[in-house]
Amino acid sequence: MTAPLLSVKDLSVTFRSDDGDLTAVRGMSFDVMPGEVLAVVGESGSGKSVTSLAIMGLLPRSARVSGSAMFDGRELIGADLKQLRKIRGKDIAMIFQDPMTALNPVFTIGSQIVEAITLHNDMSDKAAWERATELLNLVGIPDPKRRVKLYPHEYSGGMRQRAMIAMAMANEPKLLIADEPTTALDVTIQAQVLQVIRKAQAVTGAAMVLITHDLGVVAGLADRVNVMYAGAVFESGDIDDIFYRTANPYTLGLLGSIPILTARVSDKLTPIPGAPPNLRRLPEGCPFRPRCVFATEVCHGSEPDLMAVNGGRHRSRCYHIDKVAEARAGSTV
Amino acid sequence: MTDLGSRQQLEMAIEAEAAALEAEGLDIEARSMRRQTWDRFRKHPVAVVSLFLLLALTTAFWVGPWLSPYTYDQVLAGLPNEGPSLSHPFGTDQIGRDLMVRVFTGGQISMTIAIVVALLTTFIGTVIGAVAGFFGGWVDNVLSALTNLFLIVPGLLVLLVVAIKWGGGVYSTAVILALLAWPVIARVVRGLFIQFKEQEFVQAAIAAGAKPGRIMFRHIIPNTFGPIIVNATLAVGAAIVIESTLSFLGLGVRPPTPSLGNIIQDYRGAIDSDPTKVLLPGLFVVLITLCANFLGDALRDALDPTSRRGH
Repeated sequence: MTAPLLSVKDLSVTFRSDDGDLTAVRGMSFDVMPGEVLAVVGESGSGKSVTSLAIMGLLPRSARVSGSAMFDGRELIGADLKQLRKIRGKDIAMIFQDPMTALNPVFTIGSQIVEAITLHNDMSDKAAWERATELLNLVGIPDPKRRVKLYPHEYSGGMRQRAMIAMAMANEPKLLIADEPTTALDVTIQAQVLQVIRKAQAVTGAAMVLITHDLGVVAGLADRVNVMYAGAVFESGDIDDIFYRTANPYTLGLLGSIPILTARVSDKLTPIPGAPPNLRRLPEGCPFRPRCVFATEVCHGSEPDLMAVNGGRHRSRCYHIDKVAEARAGSTV
Repeated sequence: MTDLGSRQQLEMAIEAEAAALEAEGLDIEARSMRRQTWDRFRKHPVAVVSLFLLLALTTAFWVGPWLSPYTYDQVLAGLPNEGPSLSHPFGTDQIGRDLMVRVFTGGQISMTIAIVVALLTTFIGTVIGAVAGFFGGWVDNVLSALTNLFLIVPGLLVLLVVAIKWGGGVYSTAVILALLAWPVIARVVRGLFIQFKEQEFVQAAIAAGAKPGRIMFRHIIPNTFGPIIVNATLAVGAAIVIESTLSFLGLGVRPPTPSLGNIIQDYRGAIDSDPTKVLLPGLFVVLITLCANFLGDALRDALDPTSRRGH
């Protein structure tokens, strides 16, 4: 068995605020294997973006980060900036949510890709520009020779995100972190951009951490899924485990909230009742308990651990895995 | 997961979008940055006129005295207080010096001061504002306190006191004016940096492995060029006016070296009998100030690549 490319152990992130400390991530642990696509799914405020920012060292100084994130034998948490700069953009690259704001408006797309290349490579300007053009071609930008000289505002939304992907691919990173890469795009463009991401990942052979709240995106791209709730992993498993052998009430709730094309008109979507918990004041016991249809006395006691389901890598944070599985089997989803 | 079918699908999807984009006519001619800037600038006729007027004035100020048969401190015996004539288009002053060469040399000196002031204030203001805004925390506290200190100082009073001790020279006057004017630009730049450092493209630059210096000067500063240049051109206008005021009060450039301000001062008593001799240098002060302001406004537009006016 190969060693994981990224191994996160017991990662916690706490923000200090006037109303008391806010723990956005509570003891996250997960591995990403080389070439694997791990999706991190959850509602707003579940800590999925904070996790990736912590790994990149991009959190503001007010955040307290503890735990460990080993990347390719190097510790990222608490690493000095000089070392981080060598890794950022070269070994780990990021695709941001909104390509309009993530591209610098006063530089051409080409010069921004060229910068990404030359920051980590000794390469002549001419060679770097050629490489930038080649990258734009790879992500499906038509007439890249001319478009490489255009400014971000002269690109459409989908083209901008393609350019962001090209920039992230520039140094053939070992790990891509995509933070809601399709959320800011039109629905019609989303599918195309996902294809481009899949292609980028296939071409570079990079592993990917895909942060999203869109289970459709997950289904199309991921090998494995971490479902997050209240700053912790609630269910973790292969994509089929999550979609077909669901073992957590929260995941079940998420799946019940997606419209299905083949459903009858009489089949209603079942939203998860209530709202995500206040991270400053988590409920006692299981944080999902107040919204959970399976909750019993035992859920009030202490928060359940992430427990193995059927022995494999599939794990769920729930006392009622069996009941969930039963309900899963009976539902039409 | 990358089976053959989905690969083909994806190639097709990409080609389809490519064709759609081509059809949509998104092929804006890739123009050079300089060309686009000029195209946007041209849309402001007043600014174009201002630019040419400023260039004409500058040329006149520098070339005129050199072509003139007289020098600015040459006293022509027996010709005081002459009216305009062919050999002396602006006339002569009270002690018989050619007024045209004096006004042009004065314009040259006033303009030199204004440009030095604009460059110095922009430089000091940008560096202090950038560092304060970018690093924040105690660095910002210290620099902002310093900026505010300079802002609340009653400028004219300090000028009066300082000018008595160090004033009189062209460059010392410029430096004194610059020391009083930089806080305005520093505040503007600090605000811009605070705004821009939170932008995602700065996060993206950090995520790409860029160093703080690079992020400040390569990624953020170019985004602030517009406001900085507008403020610099406004500073040119303001400096011309303040220099004239100071020289008028006898605290700026000291005679016999002429400046637009001290020529006005020479003729303040003759405003009734010989108004043209006060109005001429005054007119140049107004012209330069106006042109600088119009120019600044147009530049703000022209230097913003997201502005659509050029298309």
